[in-house]
Amino acid sequence: MVSTETGPPTGTGVHSPGRAAVPQRQLRTDRWWLPQLATVTGLLAFIGYSTWRAFEGAHYYAPPYVSPFYSPCLAANCVPVRGGADWTLFGDWWRLSPALLVLIFPLGFRLTCYYYRKAYYRAFWSSPPACAVPEPHTRYTGETRFPLILQNLHRYFFYVAVPFAMILTYDVALGFRNTGGEWGHAGLGSFVLLGNVALIWAYTLSCHSCRHIVGGRLKHFSGHPVRHRLWQFVGRLNVRHMLLAWSSLASVGLTDLYVYLVSSGAFGDPQLF
Amino acid sequence: MTYQAEFRVWRGDSTGGSFESYRVEVHEGEVVLDLVHRLQATQAPDLAVRWNCKAGKCGSCSAEINGRPRLLCMTRMSTLSPDEPVVITPLRAFPVLRDLVTDVSFNYAKAREIPGFIPPAGLGPGEYRMQQEDVERSQEFRKCIECFLCQDTCHVVRDHEENKSVFAGPRFLMRVAELDMHPLDAAAEAGLDRRATAQDVHGLGYCNITKCCTEVCPEQIRITDNALIPLKERVADLKYHPLVWLGSRIGLRRKD
Ligand code: SF4
Ligand code: SF4
Ligand code: FES
Ligand code: FES
Repeated sequence: MVSTETGPPTGTGVHSPGRAAVPQRQLRTDRWWLPQLATVTGLLAFIGYSTWRAFEGAHYYAPPYVSPFYSPCLAANCVPVRGGADWTLFGDWWRLSPALLVLIFPLGFRLTCYYYRKAYYRAFWSSPPACAVPEPHTRYTGETRFPLILQNLHRYFFYVAVPFAMILTYDVALGFRNTGGEWGHAGLGSFVLLGNVALIWAYTLSCHSCRHIVGGRLKHFSGHPVRHRLWQFVGRLNVRHMLLAWSSLASVGLTDLYVYLVSSGAFGDPQLF
Repeated sequence: MTYQAEFRVWRGDSTGGSFESYRVEVHEGEVVLDLVHRLQATQAPDLAVRWNCKAGKCGSCSAEINGRPRLLCMTRMSTLSPDEPVVITPLRAFPVLRDLVTDVSFNYAKAREIPGFIPPAGLGPGEYRMQQEDVERSQEFRKCIECFLCQDTCHVVRDHEENKSVFAGPRFLMRVAELDMHPLDAAAEAGLDRRATAQDVHGLGYCNITKCCTEVCPEQIRITDNALIPLKERVADLKYHPLVWLGSRIGLRRKD
């Protein structure tokens, strides 16, 4: 802490002319960098894991469980899932892992999500690194121009995310079979898939675009009682959007890991009934 | 329980300044503003500070304590460590007048740029009728005490002086949202689309929803979640949603 007299500031940002001549760029004494560090660690861990699994192209089907990374299957080179969502929209010219065709949609949904935007703008782009901590950039235009203006397309990813959640729900149903394909059975994996899809739905429905679409765009709630109720319901989920974003991300990864462990023979799925 | 605290207060004006250190006695239950007053009474009679209600309701006493924008009267000493100095500066996004007092007229200029409520035709004073569920959202925004802590913290203007001309700041974008959600506001009839002006005139696109305004708001208004993001979605309806855009062009969408 310097206490020598400083002349008028001549810089930019908090050192712009006219502002108080405080020499320090910021004076926070708490651990403001901790949430950012946690965000970077969490996201990099997921990106690392999912990249490996997406390119691996194997061990994603442990009958009757299919990994959420590989469903639906849009390529011709998938392991056939009994009764599964296999639509060969792409011909057999697609030689890469079939997960890559599918993962771009949830990736786009999460990349344009209002919560993840906040998280990575702060943690990866330092814009700002934390509140009242100056950002290192000399110019700032926010989301006013290309490419960040494309964040406004988030709702289209939401529209796509809903059928994806439906397919994953269907996969959960398929998971209530035994290895021979008979219904009414369940193993630990059935409930892993079920828990995962519940979190996926909660995350998807708590989306800010969803909140807007179901009712937020109205001026008069009194004229639309049903949409008002829907808006209130989504609003209650929306308060926890950050929590749901992280827990659904973790659960997708862990569900895939479970399928991988069972499929690769490292772990035997306990049969419950 | 009383103890001696070290206070480092920025003293100066627009020509420069420095931190002055003081030792001052802290009593149980006090807030930072109490200590600033004790300094004025005992050691620094010329220390400039703006305050009024000492109840977190007038919005005058905004400053930065240990680098965080806060109300002096709502920051309890018991939340600060007794072993570390308490560092107080004026708001760092606005021009300083003297010591802890800044010139917040940027905010008044921005307030004036936003067209006010447009009364609906054919309704006289006293004839306005609104349902509670239609005004609930704006009631949250009306809790604002105009402390301008959000305006001070928002990195769009705090870190980029040049953006002040194009960006209204969270408090006033919230005002646009409030009016756009107002059940009786007749902007559309008057040829004003508040969604278009939010983006084109008031700079909504500069906000990158990093939520610092929400973090510092002493009224706990969920500015980002309830005003800024919904406003961004409304702008997307107008500007980035081809189906809605087409529907409104050919008159398919009914008014709501
Ligand atoms: S959420 Fe937007 S308005 Fe609020 S502080 Fe961040 S950038 Fe500024
Ligand atoms: S919105 Fe909150 S932080 Fe901003 S001026 Fe109003 S009360 Fe202060
Ligand atoms: S999914 Fe996060 S805001 Fe839409
Ligand atoms: S003195 Fe009124 S808000 Fe602090």
